[in-house]
Amino acid sequence: MSDNSSSRSPGFNRRAFMAGAAGAALIPMTARAAAQDARAPVAQDPALPVDVTLRVNGQDKRLSIDARTTVLDALREHLRLTGSKKGCDHGQCGACTVLIGDRRVVSCLTLALAAEGQEITTIEGLATGDRLHPMQQAFVDNDAFQCGYCTPGQIMSAVACVKEGHAGTDADIRKYMSGNICRCAAYPNIVAAVKQAAPEIMKG
Amino acid sequence: MRPFSYQRATDPNMAVQALSAAAAASNPLTQATAQPLAGGTTLIDLMKLDVMRPAAIVDINPLARGWSAIEPGSDNLRLGALAKMSDVAAHDEIQRNYPVIANSLKLAASAQLRNMATLGGNVMQRTRCSYFRDVSYENCNKRNSGSGCAAMDGVNRMHAVLGTSDQCIATYPGDFAQALIALDAMVEVTGKSGTRSMPFARLHKAPGNSPEIETTLQPGELISAFVVPGRWPRSVYLKVRDRESYEFALSSAAVALDVQGGTIRDARVALGGVATVPWRAREAEALLKGQKFDDGLAQRVADAAFADARGRQHNSFKIALGKRVVARALQQAVTMEI
Repeated sequence: MSDNSSSRSPGFNRRAFMAGAAGAALIPMTARAAAQDARAPVAQDPALPVDVTLRVNGQDKRLSIDARTTVLDALREHLRLTGSKKGCDHGQCGACTVLIGDRRVVSCLTLALAAEGQEITTIEGLATGDRLHPMQQAFVDNDAFQCGYCTPGQIMSAVACVKEGHAGTDADIRKYMSGNICRCAAYPNIVAAVKQAAPEIMKG
Repeated sequence: MRPFSYQRATDPNMAVQALSAAAAASNPLTQATAQPLAGGTTLIDLMKLDVMRPAAIVDINPLARGWSAIEPGSDNLRLGALAKMSDVAAHDEIQRNYPVIANSLKLAASAQLRNMATLGGNVMQRTRCSYFRDVSYENCNKRNSGSGCAAMDGVNRMHAVLGTSDQCIATYPGDFAQALIALDAMVEVTGKSGTRSMPFARLHKAPGNSPEIETTLQPGELISAFVVPGRWPRSVYLKVRDRESYEFALSSAAVALDVQGGTIRDARVALGGVATVPWRAREAEALLKGQKFDDGLAQRVADAAFADARGRQHNSFKIALGKRVVARALQQAVTMEI
């Protein structure tokens, strides 16, 4: 979370984008930018870190990161929130599922820069003090995991699944939880956990 | 992933300017040095795989304020290109009047990906050909023009049987595009000289001799909306795949019918999972018009849809499977209660 004074904020108003910049993207922009057409839009220099403020579990976190950083890597490597897991890193397994706003997304395919200004909720943000969220409690009660690696993603996905109204039947739960893979195949118990927690979550 | 510069476009002009400035010299568009970022579910994935290597990313998500409306009208349906798949799939009027659209979206990907992915990005998604997605295979005419095709004599079980060429047999992977092409949708494209509109059927290009060129979009052009004429309450999207959920189609059919007094007045049939581009089966449609439906007709229509199909070592089963999918989708559409 260092504040790097040479970093750039993304956006069009800060620096001039150079025509053909993409091909010459590794050349530092500073010296050339002034000579370019001032009307042209702006890109950040990929060689420099970018300042971004992420709102995670209700707190603003200032980061200075490589533009390539995903939300998942920002959480795990920069904010030490290692609850969200890196499984496939290609949006196929669901282990990295977090909520952005009230929507479940895979954080491994979401650039941190693109998530600026939005509310990110991770598994660490679900419990209230020492009291587990009803979905966390339901996973414990139903033994809905073995190794546990997919569990944070399963739980975040399950919370959203219930709130979307897709937990009415076992078939719906299976269909709408299909983006979360469990190699231990704890699926029957996961379905049971989602069913147990659903009424309590819907009560609010 | 290779380094890129990141820019956020706060209005369409900025996006178009940024994309065309950096992409002007590039050909084809899929290898342009600047790429737009919407949901990111294709782009970020392929950048991690080193299949796509943009040096500049233009984040167009702020354009969602103007480009994500879902507008069912009395004589057409307008869908903003930045509408999310999940929002369109869950929309009451779309489920009622365009079930083929709602179901093509609902049966695609996972809940998480549908929350991220936009309609515009969905139709622009790249093939799932495993030889395309893995850069350790040298031979891929889509990635490296003229390098050959590893799929042609490789494990091509998932590959196309329609619209192929001797350069490429990669399957177009999407579902929503089949609904659009079946319903004669128009696509609105925003570029330097404003907004133009063209039939959705003209967006994608079959591989032919240049599989690296996948669409007719020009550098700096963005899809801004889709417009679907009419209403199609009697419509079906049937998708058959290796898994019940969260899998690409082995074969799918988008079918829309207008049936009055037992006679088929108008019929639309499009095929997914079996072709290199979103595939309209017009010769099959012609057999349906003016007819009363029965199983024999369904079979003749299915045969017509696959008359030009060419299978290879591992994917010939898709011809028999695809015919059954067409016949079943027609039966479902005819019998559905509306």
